[in-house]
Amino acid sequence: MSQQHGPVTAAVMTGTMPDMPDHDGPLQHHFDDMAQQNESSALGMWLFLLTELMFFGGVMTAYAVYRYLFNAAFAEGASHLDVRLGTTNTIILIFSSLTMALAVRAAQMDKRKLLVGLLIATMLFGGAFLVIKGIEYAHKWEAGHVPGAYFHYEGPLANHVHLFFSFYFTMTGIHALHMVLGIGWMAWLVLRSARGDFGVGYYAPIEMTGLYWHFVDIVWIFLFPLLYLFGAGAAAGH
Amino acid sequence: MSDRAATPKTASERPPTRRRRSRYEGDVPREHYLNVAYGLKSWLFTIDHKRIAILYLLSITAFFALGGLMAVFIRLELLTPAGDLMTSEIYNRVFTLHGVLMVFFFLIPSIPAVFGNFFLPMMVGAKDMAFPRLNLASWYIYSLGGVFTLAAIVAGGVDTGWTFYTPYSSTYSNSAVALTAIGVFINGFSSIFTGLNFIVTIHKMRAPGMTWMRLPLFVWANYAAALIMILGTPVVAMAIFLVAVERLFGVGIFDPALGGDPILYQHLFWFYSHPAVYIMILPSMGVMSEVIACFSRKRIFGYGFIAASSLAIATVGFLVWGHHMFVSGQSIYASMVFSVLTMLVAVPSAVKVFNWLATLWRGSISFETPMLYAFGFLGLFTVGGLTGLYLGTLATDVHLHDTYFIVAHFHYIMVGGAVMGYLAAVHFWWPKMTGRMYSEWWGRLSAGLLFIGFNLTFFPQFLMGYMGMPRRYHFYPEEWQVLNVLSTAGASILGLGYLIPIIYLTYSLRYGPIAGPNPWRATGLEWTTASPPPQHNFEQTPVVTEEPYDYSKPIVNDLPAPGAGAEPKPSPAAPRS
Amino acid sequence: MSHDAHAADSPHIVPLSVYLTIFALLMVFTVLTVWVALIDLGPYGWLHTPLALLIASVKATLVVLWFMHVKYGSRLVWVFVVAGLAWLALLVGITVGDYVGRTWEPDPHAWQASADGADFRQLG
Ligand code: HEM
Ligand SMILES: [Cu+2]
Repeated sequence: MSQQHGPVTAAVMTGTMPDMPDHDGPLQHHFDDMAQQNESSALGMWLFLLTELMFFGGVMTAYAVYRYLFNAAFAEGASHLDVRLGTTNTIILIFSSLTMALAVRAAQMDKRKLLVGLLIATMLFGGAFLVIKGIEYAHKWEAGHVPGAYFHYEGPLANHVHLFFSFYFTMTGIHALHMVLGIGWMAWLVLRSARGDFGVGYYAPIEMTGLYWHFVDIVWIFLFPLLYLFGAGAAAGH
Repeated sequence: MSDRAATPKTASERPPTRRRRSRYEGDVPREHYLNVAYGLKSWLFTIDHKRIAILYLLSITAFFALGGLMAVFIRLELLTPAGDLMTSEIYNRVFTLHGVLMVFFFLIPSIPAVFGNFFLPMMVGAKDMAFPRLNLASWYIYSLGGVFTLAAIVAGGVDTGWTFYTPYSSTYSNSAVALTAIGVFINGFSSIFTGLNFIVTIHKMRAPGMTWMRLPLFVWANYAAALIMILGTPVVAMAIFLVAVERLFGVGIFDPALGGDPILYQHLFWFYSHPAVYIMILPSMGVMSEVIACFSRKRIFGYGFIAASSLAIATVGFLVWGHHMFVSGQSIYASMVFSVLTMLVAVPSAVKVFNWLATLWRGSISFETPMLYAFGFLGLFTVGGLTGLYLGTLATDVHLHDTYFIVAHFHYIMVGGAVMGYLAAVHFWWPKMTGRMYSEWWGRLSAGLLFIGFNLTFFPQFLMGYMGMPRRYHFYPEEWQVLNVLSTAGASILGLGYLIPIIYLTYSLRYGPIAGPNPWRATGLEWTTASPPPQHNFEQTPVVTEEPYDYSKPIVNDLPAPGAGAEPKPSPAAPRS
Repeated sequence: MSHDAHAADSPHIVPLSVYLTIFALLMVFTVLTVWVALIDLGPYGWLHTPLALLIASVKATLVVLWFMHVKYGSRLVWVFVVAGLAWLALLVGITVGDYVGRTWEPDPHAWQASADGADFRQLG
């Protein structure tokens, strides 16, 4: 991930989280009532997820084209990924989605301690995912599979395998960046929850963060088979 | 029109704006959005959609001026067949910068970010956008994108053309591609946030009684444009992101040396950039509907068709992007499908044009400045759209592709259409935004100059292109010099036409006659509040009980005194119904 | 104001059991997709990718409907979700379609005939 993009996208994300109310009351001046405000922020968040879908859709399209063109080479490249680590990460993310969903439920039921605990659990699962991802990246680095000037691959179709790893790093990199931003945002929500900002009447920020987090999970649900499992049969078969 | 002659206009029928001094002098509300607070901070931290619109107005004007300066260099260079003013390297940077600034930093934000921001909440009867802070953030993001792009100029400029085609952009170009790409990438998010705000505002913030079929057509047009912003922009963001990543890290996604396909980039780019041309034109079309109805004093013809055609354009516009790739090596079967769909997308645009013509039919038309721009739009957009059909035809496009014919085609639409619509909007809503009238005489003069200058600049380019002059070269065979000289001469007139409004509009801020709430006696909620509007737009949330564009009833340029409940004074210029 | 019937002041609280069921299903499908990827499908090996995508779509649907509450959400959100998926399908479908189309050779004889008849270079 390039350094220039980090802060930029960070600004984007924080900007997109639905407008937070001032502390003197959750209802903003230009809305009539909370119902209108909540519906607006939910719709806004969904529209944002739509743009995220199309954003990932761009690189997915490119991936689809090359899968079509270089099927064998992509299977070859995929067989160098670690299915066990990938599966572990998938399971970790599902856990984190569960804790996130339950966090929203805790907020709806006014259970402040539970809410804080579940948010922290979600962050920890997210962190574990990133650590494992880091370990995988390190393996790839050692094996010379990081695309670019230092890419090194012995075997047939080296160029097309290079392309596969370009996609692997770009797609998982953007995904990981989304997770980092989500975790950072959640840290802020933990503080606010501990302060008692949320409860039955007002939990939209938790709910919106939940939508975002689940979306990031869904992206992984597709990346996992597209990148990891694709080569698994090849690896097992030979 | 015969019955027009039968009922000649008397002096008293003229709108009050023709008088030197308005009878509404003194009607400026004591407190409005411009004077609730002063100082730089009150602007930079504002979350008032009206002030954010003004911030956008100032910044896009600056970028327009810079882009215009680049156009001056281009036209000067092309005055002579030899490349004598600058080197090819410089020329490439100049036209790239012209395109990048004009497309991404002027035309795409222009009407939505300025007039959409200012008037969309007012038109639906809301106090503000749904997400005021996101709205302000979008302006900062826009500015940050602008800073990166300007930094790219300082770092040596970019020479890829506004399209950033690979593999030149990703591998070979020795210019500041990554900086510009990041600038455009960032800027995309400001567009996304504006679109997101529009959609939520239109869905959730409408005043009581403001049903979908009562929305002004400007709102419909911006809704359609917002859909494109949301669904298209992220794809071009990813395309440009991939180019930047490829350049910075040598990760070869479009690299033919690894078996990558540079044409894939064109798919991703045009998936957005063809619909993006509709981001530019749809809001202008919305302005047309407002202006034409108002200055024909007639209910708009075919309201439902105009509204639906906006949505149709937004949808079908996503299916034709391959017409930019007919000679790129794309499959001929894809080209055939794209060609057919391109013919199809012209239909909803034509539906609009015919509806506007039907609105003019038997209206009592008057020729105020905004209406002159609207007439300009009608003719020029039609020429641009029809020449698009030549380009969408496979066989003719092989000849015309990448010639000056293309340049003329899209300038007829983007300058003749979108910019004329933008200027119509400036002149139509200026009294509402500032509370002052500008000089009608100078307004008409510059509208006339722009029309003449525009045609003189770009019509010869159709001829050059037809004769085969390629775009993006800075020298050419001598037989095309006459046409190029004509074009440069036209560009000088065009430049003058842009300068004059800057002067008289600025002058009007201080010396213009007071406009009153509704100088054009137009319909629409934005005209029912004071000029300039109060901070929260309306004294009370309006309740809508009427159909849109009801020009059959008298409309006054006066607000009832608060609490007086008096009969509104009938307008001195009660329209013929 | 134009509100949906779902007034958000009284939140719809989804029972814990629902969340746990969805979670369990997601786990099952994860195991399933790994298993399907590892077995040898013999002549049906090409089915690996469609199956994997099918399972992923099912998992994503579970998340969207229950974890993201779309099942209980307004019709408007449904419309936008479906529109987003349709647009993605357009982007992927048409683009990949171009690449598939590039492999379809035009009829060589027809091609030959027209090339013999009129060489565009001589026309110029
Ligand atoms: C409505 C607003 C429109 C705008 C703003 C617009 C703008 C543009 C631009 C910027 C280009 C050139 C891009 C480049 O190569 O750098 C272009 C090319 C083209 N336009 Fe339009 N256009 C519009 C409408 C249409 C319509 C209605 C049609 C056809 C029905 C059309 C057909 C084409 C075709 C086929 C090309 C590609 C020509 C080629 O590159 O060979 N356009 N247009
Ligand atoms: Cu196009």
